[in-house]
Amino acid sequence: MNRFLIPFGLFIVVVGFLAVGLTLNPRELPSPLVGKAAPEFSLPQLHDPGKIISSSDLKGKVWLLNFWASWCGGCKDEHPVLIHLAQSGEVPIYGMDYKDQRDEALAWLKEWGNPYQVVAVDAPGRVGIDYGVYGVPETYVIDKQGVIRYKQIGPLREDILKGKILPLVKELQNQ
Amino acid sequence: MIPEIGHYALILALCVAVVQGILPIYGAAVRNSSLMAVAKPAARGQFLLVLLAFCCLGYAFAVKDFSVLYVAATSNSQLPLHYRLAAIWGAHEGSLLLWVFILTIWMVAVSFFSTHLPDVMRARILGVMGLVSVGFLLFMLTVSNPFERLIPAAFDGRDLNPLLQDPGMVIHPPMLYMGYVGFSVAFSFAIAALLGGTLDAAWARWSRPWTTVAWCFMTVGVAMGSGWAYYELGWGGWWFWDPVENASFMPWLAGTALMHSLAVTDKRGSFKAWSVLLAIMAFSLSLLGTFLVRSGVLTSVHAFATDPKRGLFILVFLAVVIGGSLVLYAWRAPRVGLGGSFSMISREGMLMANNVLLVAALGSVLLGTLYPLFLDALDLGKISVGPPYFDTVFLPLMTPAIFLMGIGPLAQWKQASLPALAIRLRWAFGVSLVTAVVVPWLMGQWTPLISLGLLLAFWILATIVVDLRERLLQTEGGGGIGGRVATLPRAYWGMVLAHCGVALFIVGVTMVKGFEVEQDVRMNVGQTATLGGYTFQFDGTEQYKGPNYIAARGTFRVTQDGREVTVMYPEKRRYFVQNQTMTEAAISPGLLRDLYVSLGEPLDDGAWSVRLYHKPFIDWIWGGCLVMAFGGVLAISDRRYRLAWRRKEAAVPATAQMARPTVS
Amino acid sequence: MRWLWVLILLLPGLASAYEAPPLATNQQAEARLKALAVELRCLVCQNQTLADSNAPLAEDLRREVREMIAKDMSDREIIDFLVSRYGDFVLYRPPWKLTTTLLWVGPFLLLGVGATGLVFALRRRQKKLTDVTLSEAEHNRVAQLLSEGVRRP
Repeated sequence: MNRFLIPFGLFIVVVGFLAVGLTLNPRELPSPLVGKAAPEFSLPQLHDPGKIISSSDLKGKVWLLNFWASWCGGCKDEHPVLIHLAQSGEVPIYGMDYKDQRDEALAWLKEWGNPYQVVAVDAPGRVGIDYGVYGVPETYVIDKQGVIRYKQIGPLREDILKGKILPLVKELQNQ
Repeated sequence: MIPEIGHYALILALCVAVVQGILPIYGAAVRNSSLMAVAKPAARGQFLLVLLAFCCLGYAFAVKDFSVLYVAATSNSQLPLHYRLAAIWGAHEGSLLLWVFILTIWMVAVSFFSTHLPDVMRARILGVMGLVSVGFLLFMLTVSNPFERLIPAAFDGRDLNPLLQDPGMVIHPPMLYMGYVGFSVAFSFAIAALLGGTLDAAWARWSRPWTTVAWCFMTVGVAMGSGWAYYELGWGGWWFWDPVENASFMPWLAGTALMHSLAVTDKRGSFKAWSVLLAIMAFSLSLLGTFLVRSGVLTSVHAFATDPKRGLFILVFLAVVIGGSLVLYAWRAPRVGLGGSFSMISREGMLMANNVLLVAALGSVLLGTLYPLFLDALDLGKISVGPPYFDTVFLPLMTPAIFLMGIGPLAQWKQASLPALAIRLRWAFGVSLVTAVVVPWLMGQWTPLISLGLLLAFWILATIVVDLRERLLQTEGGGGIGGRVATLPRAYWGMVLAHCGVALFIVGVTMVKGFEVEQDVRMNVGQTATLGGYTFQFDGTEQYKGPNYIAARGTFRVTQDGREVTVMYPEKRRYFVQNQTMTEAAISPGLLRDLYVSLGEPLDDGAWSVRLYHKPFIDWIWGGCLVMAFGGVLAISDRRYRLAWRRKEAAVPATAQMARPTVS
Repeated sequence: MRWLWVLILLLPGLASAYEAPPLATNQQAEARLKALAVELRCLVCQNQTLADSNAPLAEDLRREVREMIAKDMSDREIIDFLVSRYGDFVLYRPPWKLTTTLLWVGPFLLLGVGATGLVFALRRRQKKLTDVTLSEAEHNRVAQLLSEGVRRP
């Protein structure tokens, strides 16, 4: 009797995993860079192409790096959240314009508002690859030592901001 | 109005299915023949109702009724009629209707071809099929209704995915579903036998033809899927170990194992419990496949639009049906008798070893397919398991199985002698080895894998020759070779043909993987490229307008040694409605090679990036599968099945049946 | 006379002008790229290799790999570059790790378990059936008697 129950036992285990699988998203890719140093970049600024913004400038403070583009639909969805956050002044947001055209990016910011302290231009997408970006929008929380502490895949939502990101930012700012 | 009739027909079909699922099984338990007699008319009634529903949906597609949500989502006014009809199974809801429709077809087939079965058995079989049907009909009527209305009606439909607008779409899903659903018959036989409490060798004899037919359809279905991917997806591949492909391959592996295990159970009455378990496994894998494709749990090119709510329903259904079957198995299987004994070195021993290997292969495919999910569920990270894994693991498991394929048919039942077999087969082994080494050397390229593949293929063929020689040249019985050929049963020829099909398949895979050549070139009008002895000349592109697309059609003149062989017309299509660009590769098929031309991107100065392939023997892959399926068909047309259907076996008490030594 | 020399020098060029040039400038590098790209996953596709995908990110990643090949980085270094940014998900050949041991060992474990199970089942069967054969003849007698009983009107 015992060994005849083995197929049933194995089956229950598989069903259990499949049930858990229904709650997961197989396409979402957590970042292996969380807890590691944020990749260095030195890029021209969107509003002032002559000037350079580099990641080393931002050491010593906690900041958000938001990858976006004018052609990205999800970026429109999260933009009000970013504007709101920028207005609150809790944490500075720096934008990375990913694989975009300058005129279109400027026009987009003009129309929807500019929550960014500075916008860096990553036209070929190389910095995106360094950060493990595979879609826009994606947002990183980076601490005073320049270590990535959190990655948000997809549009930022108010509840994630309040629940995860802002508490984390406060904790990092107090360090 | 018509869609509502279809909807109502499905509701009625559900009621009939409930009746069919409950009354006959209860009647079989209490031996009430009028309750048992409900099974046949219920099955046939269900078929008619689902046929009506299917026709109603087809009608909605044919007349472009965009007030039906499903039609609006998968069709378009510019879509040609044959694709509008194929769009019935183009997405989730309609493909479920196809599933149930094919289930009712199998039910009707069982109701007609089961006169030789005891009433109790038939009642239970149709009852179990009815219960399966209840699940699917309930699923459709609650969360996946193909007849749902769209109010206000859409002005025009969203069009069928351009990748599916292809003749392959018309045949592949029905064939595949005939296989998937066909295993429900073997499953129902197994459950009926377990419910009956006594499991005898007769059950195996009855199950065999049904299992084989389902297996034939499955073989054709999987082969067609592969062939379709080859010419449709535009990158020359034909198998990617994608989760959905695996979902169709696993039932096939289980079905193959089941066919061979039933041979042992039929002949010797042994391993009855194992055969029953395999039958349950084969259909469980069909259901698992249905789950994987529709739930969004795994990422796949072939997945339907996914919805976790639907996934949950299927999972619960899966858990109930398979969980229930396995509990029934655990309860009843220990009481089954052991049947005849045999040595490890014997035909039965080798058939069971084949089973071990096939099930291990099956397990590996399942493991690889579900492993990313396992790790993710345990929060251990995300990985991908792709062709490198499956190729590495599958080959070592299949190779011994192929070797056994050569030895098994020559081994005697019950007890065979390994040294005697080795002597009979030494010639075959020698020939295979020599061919496997010489052929690649002659063709100019040698790798161990090419030789292994050729060794296996020629081993199968050589051992078949040895076996045929032994059987046909026997002097006893007289009548000469022609007479001997006639006396060998069709089941034997079916096996020979099916195994030859495997050999052809292996040759195709080996030659293509070993000797195919590819070139990526930048072609201007008038330029040529040479590949595999063929010269391709690009004669430019022109615009071509299709019914619902516009294309840039290239012309390639192909010559060999100066003689024109063919002209090929690859296209780059843009479908209007979904604004999708598709590459339609041009393929020149041949017995010994395929030529494959695919347009890349238009470059500056009027040139195009073009990809050219020379693929030797690739059509042997699908040709081999077709030969395998033919072998199966030949086996079912064997005399003993044709006779069995015409007479009802004399009823013999169960205890006597179990004790009677099985004669063959 | 000079134009004759020009013509003669141009002739080979004219002949090979009909032969289409390969798309890639460096054949060897392309071959290496292909060998790597068929084992890498396109991250934004529904299960396609980096070699077969037309997605923008796939093209970017192929460009990166080409540049790394040009810098003479080894296959191992290129793979590490991608894995450090995207995780093991980007590899179609799962790496050997503690978490993937069951994956790689599993199939052969299954085979071992199955083969052992078969051998034991056959041994058990042979033992049990030698005990029963004595009464099989009696069983046959019983069967005969029973079927005779059925046929009696």
